Amino acid sequence: MPNIIGKRRLFISISGGLIALSLIFLAVFGLRSGIDFSAGSMLTVAFDNPPQLSELNQELNSLGYSSAIVQETGSEDFMIRLPAITDAEKNSLEDGLTTAFGGVTERSFESVDPVIAAQTSRIAGIAVAAAAVGILLYLTYAFRRMPKPLHYGAVAVAAVLHDVLVVLGIFALLAAVFGWEINLMFIIGILAVIGYSVNNTVVVFDRIRENKLRATAPDFEGVVNRSVTETLVRSVNTSLTTIIVVLALMLFVGATIQNLAVVMLIGILVGTYSSVFVAPAALVIWDHFDRKRLRAVATV
Amino acid sequence: MKKHLPKLLTILALFILSALIVLPADKGVLLERPIELGLDLQGGIHLVYEAALSEVAAEDRAATMEGIMGVINNRVNPLGVSEPNIFVQGDNRIVVELPGTELSDAQKQRIGSTALLQFGELTDNEDEAVWENVLGMWKPATAEIDGQVYALNSSYFKENTFVTTDQFGRIQLNFEWTDEGSKISEIVTGRLVGKRLGIFEGDTALLGDDGQPVAPTVNTVITNSGIITGLSTTEAQLLSKQLNAGRLPVSLEVIYENTISPVLGADFVDLSVLAGIIGILLVIGFMIAFYRLPGVAAALALIFYVALVMALYKLIPVTLTLAGIGGFILSIGMAVDANVLIFERMKEELRSGRTVGAAIESGFSRAWSAIWDANVTTLIVCVVLYWVGSSVAAGAPVQGFALTLGLGVLVSMFTAMFVTRTFLRTLIGSSFARNTRLFTTETGDSNA
Repeated sequence: MPNIIGKRRLFISISGGLIALSLIFLAVFGLRSGIDFSAGSMLTVAFDNPPQLSELNQELNSLGYSSAIVQETGSEDFMIRLPAITDAEKNSLEDGLTTAFGGVTERSFESVDPVIAAQTSRIAGIAVAAAAVGILLYLTYAFRRMPKPLHYGAVAVAAVLHDVLVVLGIFALLAAVFGWEINLMFIIGILAVIGYSVNNTVVVFDRIRENKLRATAPDFEGVVNRSVTETLVRSVNTSLTTIIVVLALMLFVGATIQNLAVVMLIGILVGTYSSVFVAPAALVIWDHFDRKRLRAVATV
Repeated sequence: MKKHLPKLLTILALFILSALIVLPADKGVLLERPIELGLDLQGGIHLVYEAALSEVAAEDRAATMEGIMGVINNRVNPLGVSEPNIFVQGDNRIVVELPGTELSDAQKQRIGSTALLQFGELTDNEDEAVWENVLGMWKPATAEIDGQVYALNSSYFKENTFVTTDQFGRIQLNFEWTDEGSKISEIVTGRLVGKRLGIFEGDTALLGDDGQPVAPTVNTVITNSGIITGLSTTEAQLLSKQLNAGRLPVSLEVIYENTISPVLGADFVDLSVLAGIIGILLVIGFMIAFYRLPGVAAALALIFYVALVMALYKLIPVTLTLAGIGGFILSIGMAVDANVLIFERMKEELRSGRTVGAAIESGFSRAWSAIWDANVTTLIVCVVLYWVGSSVAAGAPVQGFALTLGLGVLVSMFTAMFVTRTFLRTLIGSSFARNTRLFTTETGDSNA
């Protein structure tokens, strides 16, 4: 039986490093808010004769939209991110593009007001907090027969926050390198990751609960290691099947759902890592810490 | 085999029933309605208006919003949208969803405009000027009655305007003044005979079919009724309908707009169907390669799962959005999780020397608590997501995702515990069950 828990310091260090790196990325690069969070307009157009990206940028510049960000989303489609514009401004913009490049078809247009954007950001934060509290309460209840039920809930939530933080960090990097913006789909992705990550952690914890009650190993460390090992194949296989479908989604549906798919892809990988290597290790470390403290109290 | 025949037949019947509800995709044999598609998949317009309620007393606000909704309903109806969805969100927002539609900007504007025609007279005084157009500066045309100043506008129209053509074929918008309106009109037009009367819609000049502002010259004093000429047919008809449908009590501002062309929506549907099919096939391939015979059972259960979920989408009905499809596809990946959990348990039991039959039974019962706890936590997240979606202006995709994922979690528990289990139990006692190799890829002594 591989001794995963025996190397707990290594895994916790790796996670610590990941979190530190994520925090640095977030602090240095920051996330780029899409129009859902920072207001503005997003226009997707298709050209009969698609121009080069640089030509399009230049044309937008001369039309007075120097802050426009253009992303190619298909062979003929371009997503143009603009400050909030009205329908009339949009029409004159489309007319300008038609003059420059010929046939232009509007594929989609989305415009978000600052009031809505601010509210969306606030609610996204509340949602993540509410999900965390819900999970904490349920797990503490589900593990109520265990000696320290709160440990399980708290560690699972910490693992979830770990995963979310790493996803955010990677997105800060993607923002810096590719200019990716986060949108409402991103929040959906984050909550999906929370669901997935905790789902994975619970399966391992459930096995710990079973093995502990049946006393399959002499000490807690042994019980946890045994449980992690027994559920390892399942953890990997479920990640694989989920990654397969997320990849299919990402490759075929494209830019609109890119945020969601990429968040889930990273989240599944990090979530699997944390539920196998980090969360169980944290349980053992917390348990040892408690024992030491008890001993310290007892010797006083 | 015999013992499990009733259950197998139930599964088969459920499967056929689901398939008949789902297929053919555009209507279904048993249920003649297609799966409902969200705005992002069938194209359409999603508008969120915010009402300026600051001058409305708190206790009247709900009633005001009801009133606005009624007016907007009346305005949307003549547009011929098949299933418009109009509702109040929060205290001061109106959501208007017009699926499968493309509207001109003028039409879009009309839905939320206050529909107030205002009449103005030319002025030279810059301080008085409220509007400006090619004809000059305008101020509201007002009349003083008993010391009170009244502006002439369409709030004094009776709600029976109609469109006719005169003997030269020109379009006329006919209207009648209310008693109060005719008094104001009498004073204003009496003062302005021989001068122009400018007509403004909200803050902008009403434009005729020649693109010029509508500003007729007053020929005679107007008391009871009047006509406006120079408008295009469609413009006159729209305006007339709108004036009859009522005026919005407060001004509305578009704070969220999302327009998606039907072409783009159709693209998304095709691409996600392709992604779904490829995803399912790959997952099935993986399950069979890794778990052998139980993998086949899981594959069958997965196909059953897909049919049942799609049937539920139609029955409930669930409005499918792009994110909803994302949730569905993710649920495929997670739907096999219960199977994976069970099969891993079975392998452990086999390793510890149990017979295939005993391994199947204890595999299921042992895996149950993990399946339950894991799925309940996922459901908690789905509930949070659904609630978030209901309070965000652009929340339809969020709700769609929560609904499809949540539904997927529930149905996958059922398929794992009922369908996969029945398939495997059926195998117990057959010649397959004696061949442990069909149950695990592990070879050698662990089978002893």
